[in-house]
Formats: sequence, structure tokens, C-alpha cells
Amino acid sequence: MSTVELDMQRQTGPRRGAAEAAPRRGHRFGDPVFRVLTLVCGLLVTIAMFTLAGVLIYDSWPAIRELGFSFLTTVSWSPSSGSYGALSALAGTALTTIVAMVIAVPLAFVIALLLTELVPPSVARVIGTAVEMLAAIPSIIFGMWGLYVLVPFMQGTVVPAVTGSWLGDLPLIRPGATFQGGGFSILTAGLVLAVMVLPFITAFTRDVLLMVPRVTKEAGYGMGSTTWEVLRRISLRYALSGVVGAAFIGLGRALGETMAVAYLVGGEFLNVPSSLFDPGTTVASLIALQFGEAMTELDISALIAMGLVLFAITMVFQVLAQMWLKRAQRTAGGRA
Amino acid sequence: MSASPTGSALRTPRPGGDDHGVHGLPPLSAVPARSHARRKAADLAIKIVSWVAASLGIAVMALIVWEVVRRGVGAIDWGFFTELPPAVGEEGGGLGNAILGTLVITAAASLIALPTGFLGGVWLAEFGRNGRIATTVRMVANVNMGIPSIVVGLFVFAVLVKPFAHYSGFAGSVALAFIMLPVMARTTEDMLNLVPNELRESALAMGVPRWRVTLGVVVRAARSGLITGAVLATVRVAGETAPLLFTALSSPYWLEGLFGPEGFFGGPVANLTKTVYDFSGTPYPRMQELAWGGALLIIVAVLGLNVLMRLIFQRGKEW
Repeated sequence: MSTVELDMQRQTGPRRGAAEAAPRRGHRFGDPVFRVLTLVCGLLVTIAMFTLAGVLIYDSWPAIRELGFSFLTTVSWSPSSGSYGALSALAGTALTTIVAMVIAVPLAFVIALLLTELVPPSVARVIGTAVEMLAAIPSIIFGMWGLYVLVPFMQGTVVPAVTGSWLGDLPLIRPGATFQGGGFSILTAGLVLAVMVLPFITAFTRDVLLMVPRVTKEAGYGMGSTTWEVLRRISLRYALSGVVGAAFIGLGRALGETMAVAYLVGGEFLNVPSSLFDPGTTVASLIALQFGEAMTELDISALIAMGLVLFAITMVFQVLAQMWLKRAQRTAGGRA
Repeated sequence: MSASPTGSALRTPRPGGDDHGVHGLPPLSAVPARSHARRKAADLAIKIVSWVAASLGIAVMALIVWEVVRRGVGAIDWGFFTELPPAVGEEGGGLGNAILGTLVITAAASLIALPTGFLGGVWLAEFGRNGRIATTVRMVANVNMGIPSIVVGLFVFAVLVKPFAHYSGFAGSVALAFIMLPVMARTTEDMLNLVPNELRESALAMGVPRWRVTLGVVVRAARSGLITGAVLATVRVAGETAPLLFTALSSPYWLEGLFGPEGFFGGPVANLTKTVYDFSGTPYPRMQELAWGGALLIIVAVLGLNVLMRLIFQRGKEW
């Protein structure tokens, strides 16, 4: 279409009589200026990200030089005793994210199924809006709610019940050495994270399920398939890579979530949690919680190095998700 | 759908090489035979599970909203909006300075990010299209939206706080603007792409310069979507806490002037989210109450504007 436009612009030039009303100055100055102005703004997005990466590397360089690879292999974070280790935070990030994904992905999938297949569009709009509103609630409110409602509930009801039963001896459930009642724990943080990423995964999953060609599904129904069979054998085959991409998007959000986790995860900076009921920390929440304690240049530089690690991890997952979703769109032949 | 043939009928291979499967689906002969009752039961089970899941999601949301309203509504009075926070352990006071600070910080962030994001989106939709630069910019914008906001906070801290040796409201605005920029650019692009090409072509055919076609015709046609996008992007960052932790910080005083120690550029500025975060962790009942009041204000603003935007501009494709 751009060639059509170019042709049109070329024609307006010489045929002045026909285009008398058009302000010709606009062509000569307005268009190039407008084009360059918008281009600069477009590039700003890219420049911003590379500046961010550059600044993070520059400012974490003192810590990287001082600590080297031990930064990633040291367990505990205790600047006052000279120990700058990212390992316990990395482990906590992995554990909370896994808990969140294990809960959120199946839930999001069946909710998306409900929205696309089971209810009429008017009902789907109401449910969909409610789920979308969940995405609009700021993370600090999830954190407060978790602190005042979920933590006491976990500590008073759920954790004693589980650890007291036969489940209590299973690995990952048996309380570890740092156990503090289980209210502030990896599990509590993971549960809230699951609720927070649920709307994002649901929305993406719904979008990819909607891309499945209607005729193909109708053919399935016409053959006498049930809804579940059409979904599993037809829709899911079309949409599987899209669903995986949706999960990656949610994963990226869970990895970087700060405030809600900072409230709930317990702030155990010294040990790797050995159980879901143990307190721990994540990379993002460690940055938030330890910043106030940072005294020396090295402390701050090490925290920025933590930020760099988090940035690198989310970048990897984001890029993977983007590439994966792009491929999914191509194979499904649909549009974004 | 009902009264379907049982599995055995489905399994019968049909003659004529008809049995390849379509679009990579397995040939029908691969579908195992199941009793009608079992298939129905599986179907019913998945329907129940998905209803339960959706109810669970909505119930959690209702629980959170209910809890915030229940605990926060008592804090809301006139003084809540006009007074400074109380000293530790004292009664009374409000979050006036934090509310003002959040409004100013968010407004400044919008001033920075909305125009630039809008123009960037215009370039993507109208000029860049599917070129190599545009594809890269689009990819980076998508990735940018996934950068954790705490990392953005660290970045702005390193650039605007550390060199000047003081926190500032402006640094907070820049951090929020950084988050808004890609959101606004991508929303603008998506909205402009919905405008049919015929509209552009007919305007160009009348000899209107390109920039006026874009701003006067294309943007006009997409304006409801653009306004919605801009408002929602603003609301989203207004509820952010992590980017403000190391930039705007917090302050027990009113925002005063621009460059003084209580000014927008000169020192830490009180803001709602950081204050709520600080107060909710204290053991003092009045501060906790104020924190819940602040949370209520945030949730009413965020959900209210979301619903309002939906009601004003019914976007056709939603849900």
C-alpha cells in the first residue's frame, strides 16, 4: 500500500490546478518533519532499553569486579558480614514462580475454555471483564491482602493441617530448618503470584483459542464430538504453541513481581528454602527489601548487579515468548 | 451434538484414501473407541471444572475488593484528603500530601510518555509498518513491557538519583514514564491499524499532506481507542510502587515548589503507593487504617476508570 500512497503524492505535485486547495507547504516541510519526529519517538523505545542495559552493566561493574563469579554461587546475602550471594534469591525466585505457574496455567486454560466455548458471548464478556479487572489491581494491594488475610489463614489453618497429616513428611512439604510457622513462605507468595498472573495467561490463551478456525471446530461437532473432545483434539492442536507462549508471558511477570512477594515471602536472605512452607526471598523482593540497608558503594553496586541478573532472566523469557508466539501465529495462520 | 454415533462408527476407515487427517490432525481411525457415557462424563467434568475455576478467580477478586473496602472505608473523611500523616502512634491526620504527590508524579510521567509513545506508535503503524527497523522496535517494545518495574526503578536511581545525591519526584516520574512509553506506543499502533486503508487513501487522493492525513483523519478515526489506551496506561502506572522505592522515595511533608528540598526536582516526594506500603507494615492502628484507606482510594480509582472507559467506549472485540 505504501507504493500506492507514493504514487498519489507524486501526482499531486505537478497537477497544481486540481490540488489548489491543498496547502503545498505541508508536503515540502510538514511530511519530512513529521516522519522524522515520529521515527525519533519510535526509536526512543529501543534507545531506552539499551540505555537501561548499559547503565545496569556500568553501575554493577564494581560489584562484578570485586565479587566475580562467586556472586552467583554464594548462598547468603549479608552485606554486613561481607557476603553477597544471589543463590538463595535465585532459588526462591524459581520456587515461587514454579508454584505460581503450576496453579495458574491449568486454571487459566479452563477459564479460557469456558470463555470461548461454553458460555454465550454476553456471559463471557461479564466473566472476562471480571478476570480482566483482577489484572488491573495494583500489586501492592495483593501484598496487603496477603499480609492481613492470607498469611494468618495459612499459618493458622492450612499449614498445621498439611504438616500434621501424612503429607507432612513428603519432600518440599516437610518444614525445613528455617521454618517459621509457614505464614510467610514460598507457598504463600506463590499463591498470590498465581492469582496475579492468572488474568494475563487467561487473556492470551483465550486469544489463541479464538484463532482456531470455526469451520474446523464445527466439523468436529458435526462428527458428534463433545465439547471437551473438540477442545482437546482440535483446538488444542491448533493453539498449543500459543498456549505455551501465554504461559511464558505469565512466567515473565511472576519472575519480576516485587511488592506482593516482598510482603509475603518472609525475607530469609541467608538460606535456600528446603520446603514450600519455609520463608525465602526472590531476586526482585531482595532488591526492594535490602535497598534501605545498603551502606557502601559496593552494597549498592551489588544490588544493581542483582537487578542486572533479574533483567537478564526476564529478557531471556520475554524474547523466547515473543519468538514462540510469533511462530504460533504463523502456524495457526491467524493474526495478532 | 447429542445422539452421536458411538466410537465404532467413527473408527471405521473410509475407502478412497480419505483418511489422512486434516491440517495435521490425526486420521480419525486414531481416535480410540469410548463408551458414550464415558465421553459424556468427561465432557461434564471439564465443564464443571472450568466453571469452578472461573468462580474461583472471581471470588478471589471479590474477596480482595471486599477486604479493602471493609478496612479502608472508615479512614475516608475530609481530613484524609487534606491533612498530613500523623506522627508515629498518634491519631488523626490523612494522606493529603501523598495523594497530591501521586497526582503530580503521575501527571508528569504522562506528559513525558504519552506524546512520545503516541508518536512512536504512529511511526510504527503509518511509516515503519513491516520494515526491519519497525519489526525490531516492535519486538523491543514488547520485551520492554516485560521488564520488571523494580529494575526500571534501579535504572532511574543510577541515572537520576545517585549522581545528584538526592531522591526526587522527577526521578519517580521518569521511572513511570519508562514503563508507560512502550505500552502507549503499542496501543497506538494497534488502534491505528484498525483504521481501514481506504480512509487514508481517499484523504491522500484529495491532496492532503501525509501528516495531516495521519493526525486529522486516521488518528481522529481511532480516537476513542487512543483515549482509552492513554487513560489505562496512566492508571496502571499510578498504582505502581516498585519504581518509586528508589526514586521518589517518600516524605512526611507537602510537595512545595520545584527545586527546594521539598520540591519536585529537589527532594523526595510523598506518594500514595509507597506510603501505603510503609504504613501497612507498622504496628500502629491509625497508620494501618490510613494504609487501607489509601488502598481503597487506589482500587476505586483503578477499577472505576477501567469500568468507565469500558462504558464510554465499548470496544467491539473485547471478550
